[in-house]
Amino acid sequence: MSERLTTALWSAAVLAVFLLGWQFLPGLTGVPAFVLPNLTKTASEALRIWSNERLLWHSGITALEVVAEFVLGAWLGAVIGYALGFLPRVEAVLSPYLLALQIAPKVAFAPLFVMWLGYTVYPKILVAILIVFFPVLINVLSAMRTMDRDIINLARSFSATRWQIFTMVQYPTTLPALFSGLRIASTLAVIGVVVGELVGGNMGLGYLLVFFEGQGNTAGVFVVIGALTVIGIAAYYAVVLLENRVLHYLPSAAQRV
Amino acid sequence: MTSPTPAAIEFAAVAKRFAARGKAPAVLAVSNVSFAIAPGEVVSIIGPSGCGKSTLLNMGAGLDRPSAGSVRVAGEMVTGPNTRVAFMLQKDLLMPWRTISENIEFGLELRGVPVAQRRATSIRLLTQCHLDGFGTNYPHQLSGGMRQRAALARTLAVDPLVLLMDEPFSALDAQTKMILQQDLAQNVAAQNKTMLFITHDLAEAAALSDRILVMSERPGTITEEIVIDLPARNNPMARRKHPALGEYVTRLMELLRLDAHSEVH
Repeated sequence: MSERLTTALWSAAVLAVFLLGWQFLPGLTGVPAFVLPNLTKTASEALRIWSNERLLWHSGITALEVVAEFVLGAWLGAVIGYALGFLPRVEAVLSPYLLALQIAPKVAFAPLFVMWLGYTVYPKILVAILIVFFPVLINVLSAMRTMDRDIINLARSFSATRWQIFTMVQYPTTLPALFSGLRIASTLAVIGVVVGELVGGNMGLGYLLVFFEGQGNTAGVFVVIGALTVIGIAAYYAVVLLENRVLHYLPSAAQRV
Repeated sequence: MTSPTPAAIEFAAVAKRFAARGKAPAVLAVSNVSFAIAPGEVVSIIGPSGCGKSTLLNMGAGLDRPSAGSVRVAGEMVTGPNTRVAFMLQKDLLMPWRTISENIEFGLELRGVPVAQRRATSIRLLTQCHLDGFGTNYPHQLSGGMRQRAALARTLAVDPLVLLMDEPFSALDAQTKMILQQDLAQNVAAQNKTMLFITHDLAEAAALSDRILVMSERPGTITEEIVIDLPARNNPMARRKHPALGEYVTRLMELLRLDAHSEVH
């Protein structure tokens, strides 16, 4: 048996043990269902939510928000990262504030944005943009800073213009760093949206989470957590897929997860 | 030099001082360097580590300005990067996102040469540098020696008057190195290129060059000139077997004061 197959079988076995434990341990240990509902109860609750509480619709709202904020936040982070990489003096002036803003817990801005923009979709997207923005910015900026001078000198020796150096040398060189920023950003994007939805509103999975919590519906909360994880995984793999396409020339691209 | 045609590259009383930066004090890297290389001539520079050899090369390529004196290429003052020189380093500097052909065409693309003409050049150079069949490969798929061949092809693609080489083969194993030296020497001789070659390898310098310039420790200046009077500059393999080559190496060792008591700095 190949090593990969063995590993896959063991992984499946872990899942089976987990699911079995989930199904039977709450009953055996006497943990009540409102604390830890078992597998079948959670699954049937999932079916109920799907048909009665428009699970797919709420998931769709959340997914759309994730995409919107990811695209906007990543774009903004990349643009500002490259701009600051181009202007080291400006970067030096702004770096303490960037650091402060990076350290400030972005989720704490959520209530503020809700107060400003009301119970709409906008404060959520704004929080998430703030969360998504930094990993992309920092990755791009540090890649721009650590560029190999020699490769830029090579382009210069061929009489390259500043713009040519950027488009033909610096930008492609920083792509791997940009993508590792985007991978982090894709998972953070889900967190950003959920926080926004938790704070206010009447749609999205974050709203459902608060709604089921109020009902004391533990199984419902589990279902929502599951749905959020699915969205997060989809977002992450969408980035990985794009990365493997764009960075196909790297030897490690094929094996990257 | 008083030849009627201007030297291919000429350094006249060149000095380079790097300003103090943070805690690093100001450094006089090279001082009063004067030499000229005639068209078609190959000259090597050897010297201790940190004697400013690479600084000379950067000034030759127009990437750095001399603090004093002047650098001329084909009689014209070097004030910035120009189309007459091309350089090659120890690092191949191949771009991982470009195929070997695209890497070879890099300089031509920057200079706005049309695609068809670029393609023709890279196809010719793939053959000339023994890279046939590797044009569509990516750099990571090639060995170190092949990558350095591609770097040489990229340097030759822009058809420079002067090749500036900064220890191009020093990261290669001994045998690959000899093969690439042979490649280089034949290309340079066939196209009558002028070359300034920086190396630490004394036998390499003697096998490849018409002349060797010996530099002092920092601030680097040229202390000795040795004319290599060996046949077949286009055939370093043969030169390596020549009995007189050892004598040149011995001489260079003496000049660099390399003996059994030498210390590593």
